[in-house]
Amino acid sequence: MIKAILIFNNHGKPRLSKFYQRYSEDTQQQIIRETFHLVSKRDENVCNFLEGGLLIGGSDNKLIYRHYATLYFVFCVDSSESELGILDLIQVFVETLDKCFENVCELDLIFHVDKVHNILAEMVMGGMVLETNMNEIVTQIDAQNKLEKSEAGLAGAPARAVSAVKNMNLPEIPRNINIGDISIKVPNLPTFK
Amino acid sequence: GVVPISNLIRTIRTARTQAEEREMIQKECAAIRSSFREEDNTYRCRNVAKLLYMHMLGYPAHFGQLECLKLIASQKFTDKRIGYLGAMLLLDERQDVHLLMTNCIKNDLNHSTQYVQGLALCTLGCMGSSEMCRDLAGEVEKLLKTSNSYLRKKAALCAVHVIRKVPELMEMFLPATKNLLNEKNHGVLHTSVVLLTEMCERSPDMLAHFRKLVPQLVRILKNLIMSGYSPEHDVSGISDPFLQVRILRLLRILGRNDDDSSEAMNDILAQVATNTETSKNVGNAILYETVLTIMDIKSESGLRVLAINILGRFLLNNDKNIRYVALTSLLKTVQTDHNAVQRHRSTIVDCLKDLDVSIKRRAMELSFALVNGNNVRGMMKELLYFLDSCEPEFKADCASGIFLAAEKYAPSKRWHIDTIMRVLTTAGSYVRDDAVPNLIQLITNSVEMHAYTVQRLYKAILGDYSQQPLVQVASWCIGEYGDLLVSGQCEEEEPIQVTEDEVLDILESVLISNMSASVTRGYALTAIMKLSTRFTCTVNRIKKVVSIYGSSIDVELQQRAVEYNALFKKYDHMRPALLERMPVMEKVTTNGPAEIVQTNGETETAVLETKPPPSGLQPANQVTETDPGYAGFLFPTGIPSITAYNKNGLKIDFTFERSNTNPSVTVITIQASNSTELDMTDFVFQAAVPKTFQLQLLSPSSSVIPAFNSGTITQVIKVLNPQKVSDSKKNC
Repeated sequence: MIKAILIFNNHGKPRLSKFYQRYSEDTQQQIIRETFHLVSKRDENVCNFLEGGLLIGGSDNKLIYRHYATLYFVFCVDSSESELGILDLIQVFVETLDKCFENVCELDLIFHVDKVHNILAEMVMGGMVLETNMNEIVTQIDAQNKLEKSEAGLAGAPARAVSAVKNMNLPEIPRNINIGDISIKVPNLPTFK
Repeated sequence: GVVPISNLIRTIRTARTQAEEREMIQKECAAIRSSFREEDNTYRCRNVAKLLYMHMLGYPAHFGQLECLKLIASQKFTDKRIGYLGAMLLLDERQDVHLLMTNCIKNDLNHSTQYVQGLALCTLGCMGSSEMCRDLAGEVEKLLKTSNSYLRKKAALCAVHVIRKVPELMEMFLPATKNLLNEKNHGVLHTSVVLLTEMCERSPDMLAHFRKLVPQLVRILKNLIMSGYSPEHDVSGISDPFLQVRILRLLRILGRNDDDSSEAMNDILAQVATNTETSKNVGNAILYETVLTIMDIKSESGLRVLAINILGRFLLNNDKNIRYVALTSLLKTVQTDHNAVQRHRSTIVDCLKDLDVSIKRRAMELSFALVNGNNVRGMMKELLYFLDSCEPEFKADCASGIFLAAEKYAPSKRWHIDTIMRVLTTAGSYVRDDAVPNLIQLITNSVEMHAYTVQRLYKAILGDYSQQPLVQVASWCIGEYGDLLVSGQCEEEEPIQVTEDEVLDILESVLISNMSASVTRGYALTAIMKLSTRFTCTVNRIKKVVSIYGSSIDVELQQRAVEYNALFKKYDHMRPALLERMPVMEKVTTNGPAEIVQTNGETETAVLETKPPPSGLQPANQVTETDPGYAGFLFPTGIPSITAYNKNGLKIDFTFERSNTNPSVTVITIQASNSTELDMTDFVFQAAVPKTFQLQLLSPSSSVIPAFNSGTITQVIKVLNPQKVSDSKKNC
């Protein structure tokens, strides 16, 4: 069973937090911090598996993670999951994000975290793997987005404004996530903690 | 107006400090709250989305819970989508509010739009409480039989959640499982296999029932392997590796302990093992799963050898992940296929030198499992070197492992003592507290080595007396065998010249030093006292030391000193008998906390032992268990140690082993430690087990847990599970 799926950046700022087991809000934040702490200490050429921290529940659990330039994708799983299989799953997740957002970058995750949740919901349900076929997932997401758009009407104005705003003021947004040879660029925004 | 979420996000990102961010969030929350009060339907969706964003950053968002429910009840898909997401993130079973969702979910499960049905299934499958599951199980069962593959696959996982929450409902899903494997859609196949797996793991009857699916599963797997390139399912040249892995796992469960099923899957396993392309991770994931399955079922020996060899190749793979899983699997198989794993011993030992902490840990555990009578010298050399150079987080476990292995396989007493010395001097501060009495007992029983041991220990602490376990053992030895030390009787090595005063100097330094723990001081004082009957020239000095400590602030020391003083003054005639050499101790268990029984325990010794070190010698009148497993060992079970309790400064750890004389008996060693400022007294551990199990609690080492983690209580608990086949999810 997958206990939690976390995405955070190189500074530990959460970009997605999904827990498949009940934890209090405080504990959730602690888990995110502890996971970041454990994972950010790792060298670049060690294995992608870590024995889980104390908070997320003892030595039966593992952290399986992948680091793509500015983002960490971390799956916390128990011993019933295959470590190598989860690595493959993370790959599918990232490739799917890439397809849905057209060369995804960290900004996409920041501004559209609900969409990321929707994509994830088509892949993992209740801590179990639901669908691993990227094209299937993308098809289903597209159909649901179309459904939303058709309901939009007046309420669609904000959604369209979002895309307009996103492509406006910001300087050149080069985005390329090369799975494998990573180079995600984020524009120069003022840094914050 | 109500700002769009992107504006909020951009604003928050301009904050330069945490305080600034908090201020912005609070401002926005206030705006959202008033917008909620106005019951504005148009903007509810947007506001909840903003709330979820803030929640992810760690800010409270509970005031949005009801709004989520309103969104779920809306007619629009857009609203429902955010509403259900909000419910999953903000709500949980502990709030009554979530029950209000039940009706909405019920309606949505029957909605005309499949994506609405999908949302409902997803939410129910993620967070449905037992009540909700009970109410809605029928709907889920219906959807499990639909021909809509999108819904069918979701219903399958939802059913798994329902079964986990309300196990009694498992039966009702049985009819619907009949045709699940006939599906062409891989998503449905995948989740169906997950559902079947869950059912088999929960119920031996279900397991028996589903064994008849083995031929069908084998066929599906065969098609995946042989069918050639299928663009729809291809991942790096392999057809749906995820499904293959799932099926292999289910086959493992079905084939376990069953000859017929194991035979039926033998061929396909051999095929997968030999034909799978290993250049990409997906191929290795399949191979890994295949190996685990082969090792777990009743496969023929040729197949098992094939599997272990695959793991051997994995060990040499450049990819660290592969090496890691190889070590993990070898650890699982080392009990059953010990000789096969032994062949890879040198590669495994090399992994001790890997830079990767995760790999080191696995290699260490595996190395200990591989130590036997033949290789103990070589292995210990490697492990001692590892102990020297490894990270602090490993040292305690490594030290304990070395002690255990040395005890089981020591080729000679001298080697054994030397090994212990090496550990104490290398990792002296990391040695666990319960090692001290074990070592003392070992030393006592190695009669011919007393002189050698005390000499080496004396030399070890001369330079450095900061490592508490080392100093404790050394103090004890010097107290016992100080006469051998000053008389230069050592045979094993060049005897050193040391005077009684020099010996007392070192013990007094330990007493005075502020590096010494209270327990250690106790050892030192007692040792000094014992020397009063072994030394001839310095008895007056000893009397003086003892009387000084009669007014020590440390109550422990004070009590001892006062009693020793009394010995000098009023009971001098008893002193020689009381302080005489310890007899050889009869050891009752070979593992875990030693229950030491003194064969000629005189009740007067209780005077000296009134406040024993936490896991120290037992009072003579306490009955200890005669364990028939004296000659037998306790095997690691593969169940990882856990921290069972950790609250308010009290921490209780469980480690698990299995008795080799009775595999249905699991031996749990509990260790309780106390990080508060006060000792915990009258500590009693109680346990309860299901009716079919039997429980036996052996005597704890003490009922007092000293403060500041300065000692632990250990206790052994034996659990007998007569039906060991059932509920073994951990074995997957």
